[in-house]
Amino acid sequence: MKKLGFYPGCSLKGSSSEYAQSVLAVAKAFDIELEEINDWNCCGATAAHNMNKELALSLSARILALAEKQGMEEIVVPCAACYNRLTVTQHELNKDEALKQRVCDIIEMPISGSLQVLNVMQLIDKYVADRLEEKVTTPFGNKVACYYGCLLVRPHNILKFDRLEDPQSMDILMKRSGANPIEWGFKTECCGAGFSVSRTDVVAKLSGNIVKDAADRGAEAIIVACPMCQSNLDMRRPAINEYLKQKIDIPVLYITQAIGLAVGLNPKEVGLQKHFVPVEIN
Amino acid sequence: MNCSQFVQLCTVKWHNVSKTNMITNQESILELQQHTGVNVNRCYQCGKCTAGCQLAEEMDFPPSMVMHMLQTRDEELFQQLLNSKTIWLCVSCQNCIERCPMSIDIPQIMDYLREKSAGEHKINHQSRDIVAFHRAFLDSIKYTGRLYEIGLIAGYKTRTFHLTQDVKLAPKMYAKGKLPLVPEMIKGTRNIKGIFSKTKI
Repeated sequence: MKKLGFYPGCSLKGSSSEYAQSVLAVAKAFDIELEEINDWNCCGATAAHNMNKELALSLSARILALAEKQGMEEIVVPCAACYNRLTVTQHELNKDEALKQRVCDIIEMPISGSLQVLNVMQLIDKYVADRLEEKVTTPFGNKVACYYGCLLVRPHNILKFDRLEDPQSMDILMKRSGANPIEWGFKTECCGAGFSVSRTDVVAKLSGNIVKDAADRGAEAIIVACPMCQSNLDMRRPAINEYLKQKIDIPVLYITQAIGLAVGLNPKEVGLQKHFVPVEIN
Repeated sequence: MNCSQFVQLCTVKWHNVSKTNMITNQESILELQQHTGVNVNRCYQCGKCTAGCQLAEEMDFPPSMVMHMLQTRDEELFQQLLNSKTIWLCVSCQNCIERCPMSIDIPQIMDYLREKSAGEHKINHQSRDIVAFHRAFLDSIKYTGRLYEIGLIAGYKTRTFHLTQDVKLAPKMYAKGKLPLVPEMIKGTRNIKGIFSKTKI
């Protein structure tokens, strides 16, 4: 059994608990043990780097330091925002020794800066992909729009993950799970991110454009790998439909839920009942 | 956004700039450059950042105009940026830097301007809800170490008086097991409070 570090992040403990549930269920199905980082804190998300750069770096640095202290070499970070913050922080600290020293003083812990931070696609790609096809029992036989959002692919020079404008990793994994990924135009457009509460109108518009393009091109489900994207496209659907002046009811699944279903996990095990837009596929 | 929409957008937004006389201040730009490592002169106003920006239409000054305003070194325009809606509407999606032919780190500039705007109490009046959300978010981390969603919403509502917003949503989230009632306090809250006090926030 492969053992990897795990940083769930705050959303996965609350409003996106089904993401955590499905990540853990898929990991278990493929004999991967995910060990949570002890006493982890919030990465600071958008709020921290909008208000104070040093605070943003320090909050993420504390998480990296704790993982190193626990002897982890690779950590899995399913939330795209956390993945982005942790990777960017490690990059910033590694390129500026004086900054790293200052941040280490602030968090009162040393950092070597050698952690591998994996998002969910990288986890699946690295440890699951070669066994995926043989494990598929109920192929996900639907047309899907794979939606990557901003934080998985940008900034490219730091994350170095997938193509910028037309990423493929999720499409390839969904194809291997028996789905039919469509070509569409909003793969990496922003959903409105952290404006869900403070500017719901902006989220309705931005997410509305994404949902509409997916629906117009015949997608039966939108596949995501970010809790913010999921909650904006799913939980904010009433506001989206009001903005679009039409009722679109295609569901929004996490990639781990889709893969989980394909390898024979039941809908409850991957938390499908927790969605706002009902999932009636497969 | 197509080409004519872009030109129209920039023409319309230019009326938001109010200019009386030019007061050159190199200091503000030097300071910006020191903190962000970005040389604003490298922008040649191609407008790709604005064309790709999802929020440009909502902004008072779209990103390419921000770059131009900084290039002038004019203090009045710099102050208008600190007081703009733009800096708070930017969602840090990073599309601008990726599409910029000169790879100018506009998101870094936005972070810098936001921090300065908040530090100098120049937050745009219409953007107070956005800032209130950020502050409520950070408060939650400061006291529990993690994001406590009920606390976040309560903090946001008391700051903005939007008391009735989303009231129907919370019970649904709770019923679906998406809204834990009790915060998860971490053991290292002293460490976290130390981080907040050392970074002076």
